[in-house]
Amino acid sequence: MADTLTPVLTDNWGDERAWTLASYEARGGYRALDKAFSMAPDAIIEEVKDSGLRGRGGAGFPTGMKWGFIPQDNPRPKYLVVNADESEPGTCKDIPLMMASPHTLVEGVIISSYAIRANKAFIYIRGEVLHVFRRVQRAVQEAYLAGHLGKNIHGTGYDLDVVVHAGAGAYICGEETALLEGLEGRRGQPRLRPPFPAVAGLYASPTVINNVESIASVPSIIANGHQWFASMGTEKSKGFGIFSLSGHVKNPGQYEAPLGITLRRLILLAGGMRDGHELKFWTPGGSSTPLLTAEHLDVPLDFEAVGAAGSMLGTRALQIFDDSTCVVRATLRWTEFYKHESCGKCTPCREGTWWLVQTLSALEKGQGSEADLDMLLDQCDNILGRSFCALADGAVSPIASSIQFFRDEYVAHLTGGGCPFDPALSTAWAGQEVNA
Amino acid sequence: MSLPVETLAELREIAARYPEARSGLLPMLHLVQSVEGRVTAEGIETCADILGITAAEVSGVATFYTMYKRRPVGDYHVGVCTNTLCAVMGGDAIFERLKDHLDVGNDELTERRPEDKCTVSLEHVECNAACDYAPVMMVNWEFMDNMTPESAVQLVDDLRAGTEIHSTRGPRVVTWREAERVLAGFPDDLADEGPAAGAPSLVGLGIARTNGWTAPPASADAGSGRTADSKEEAVEQADTSRAETETKQEDSDA
Repeated sequence: MADTLTPVLTDNWGDERAWTLASYEARGGYRALDKAFSMAPDAIIEEVKDSGLRGRGGAGFPTGMKWGFIPQDNPRPKYLVVNADESEPGTCKDIPLMMASPHTLVEGVIISSYAIRANKAFIYIRGEVLHVFRRVQRAVQEAYLAGHLGKNIHGTGYDLDVVVHAGAGAYICGEETALLEGLEGRRGQPRLRPPFPAVAGLYASPTVINNVESIASVPSIIANGHQWFASMGTEKSKGFGIFSLSGHVKNPGQYEAPLGITLRRLILLAGGMRDGHELKFWTPGGSSTPLLTAEHLDVPLDFEAVGAAGSMLGTRALQIFDDSTCVVRATLRWTEFYKHESCGKCTPCREGTWWLVQTLSALEKGQGSEADLDMLLDQCDNILGRSFCALADGAVSPIASSIQFFRDEYVAHLTGGGCPFDPALSTAWAGQEVNA
Repeated sequence: MSLPVETLAELREIAARYPEARSGLLPMLHLVQSVEGRVTAEGIETCADILGITAAEVSGVATFYTMYKRRPVGDYHVGVCTNTLCAVMGGDAIFERLKDHLDVGNDELTERRPEDKCTVSLEHVECNAACDYAPVMMVNWEFMDNMTPESAVQLVDDLRAGTEIHSTRGPRVVTWREAERVLAGFPDDLADEGPAAGAPSLVGLGIARTNGWTAPPASADAGSGRTADSKEEAVEQADTSRAETETKQEDSDA
């Protein structure tokens, strides 16, 4: 049984100048690289498969299997693309990782590229995080100077070039095929699949796209072995992950733990809820994962159990809201976000998110009737599963789940002629005002 | 009016970083903004010329991404996160206070008063991946964590007065044009400024240290569980239908 918290990726974040090559190498950084180079590429893919690592960007697809899909007999160049477009509301793990320890990511990029036989890799970082961009760019530069990147790395004959690429503000580019469109200099609109990126991705070449945390987990798996990784976590959700707590807990922040830890345990570690308040609702993995409530505090946070509870583990973005928060306001805001970020390609999403905002806005103001709730659910029904990508599915998650758990609160807006909550009471500074 | 010769050279340099030149378009538009203060018609034409695509294609890209501005922004572009979590934690109150204080609406630029050294533009932004520091603001895409309406007002007053500002976990805040140049891939040598992490990023690590909790040693035995052997099983196990649509490979494609 592993310890409650298992810092691996976060282990060096408190180190002096943790982002530098000197600091990273002082604690053994880039040693996994030599071990990897002593292995055949296929053996690395097997090792990652055997570890049970599943994609940390939300979908949970086995990482090693994704690598195995690359057709090695395809004569075109192979590419690795790191999805560092972290934008799912509530998700805030990749940004601090790249800020504190960009070399963990770079080492993972090199090992992963070697495994899939790519000689060119791209790190696509959302543009709105300037200092993170600087840190990753510097880390890549340092890695070149140290001979970890470039020609004939470590004398192996293996060449790898890495380009750090800044996005320009589009949530949808976190979707892997939209990201490829952005990386090809186009509007970030998802592609129809098949073909899948493994076969025809960047420049119609075989491409692996992995989340930052997935790639950053690779060096530790190679260094310590798949059994070590698989000794943490649950039966089908192996290993550790960064759990990001935000909102109405006393100590929000990053908690790296084996998959399967519960929110009850995490809230305890976070010092509990704010004084005088109780948990009302939370997202297990960002706003695209259906809301859960206090009755789900003991659900193991792994892919299977959260799925069985009616939601998704997603990115372990635990946004925690207490009883001062209006769920209708929260849901409306998320819906406005999806409307704003819909790329416009698919009609159900482009038009549907506008309808959802319109209907929800009226409800939030106390206008309309209870029949509008059913109309809202009907709209959701006409959007879910009817678009190219998962953005539209995500858009209906908070609506359907909030009506499921808090229908009475919607009705209260109608009967009371507006929102019964005082937004001032949910702020970070509530209760701290100085009375004049 | 065309762009400076050195800018043209840098735009070509960006395009040359990629196996296919058009991949350079996003960073090229960042560079255009750093030189022109926004995406101008000249900038669009120039990118189109260099890449051998139409101005309409470049415009289509420039209008898709929210960081590209068609109207001038301030020396300091101030973002307030009003996505749900930050909004609830006080982002809405901060944004309202700043609109009132600066007398601007969303995505608008302040007038330069006689006493101002710098201008500020204000925008509400979507989740910027710093939820554990809510409510969050950004200045030229640097983090300003754990803000209040009062600290936000102080911040914009300082920015307008030309006072040097530091990100709460980053470097000295550079001007918007300087920031856009970095995003175009021309580093400014500030990577080593600021801490590795802010306090919330380290809270779990601190608890682990206090309790002596660590990941197991490398020799630990594997668990008894088993992961998927086939892609069908993997899709079955995967979290969402998203995994299926995004990742499952059709046999016929190989």
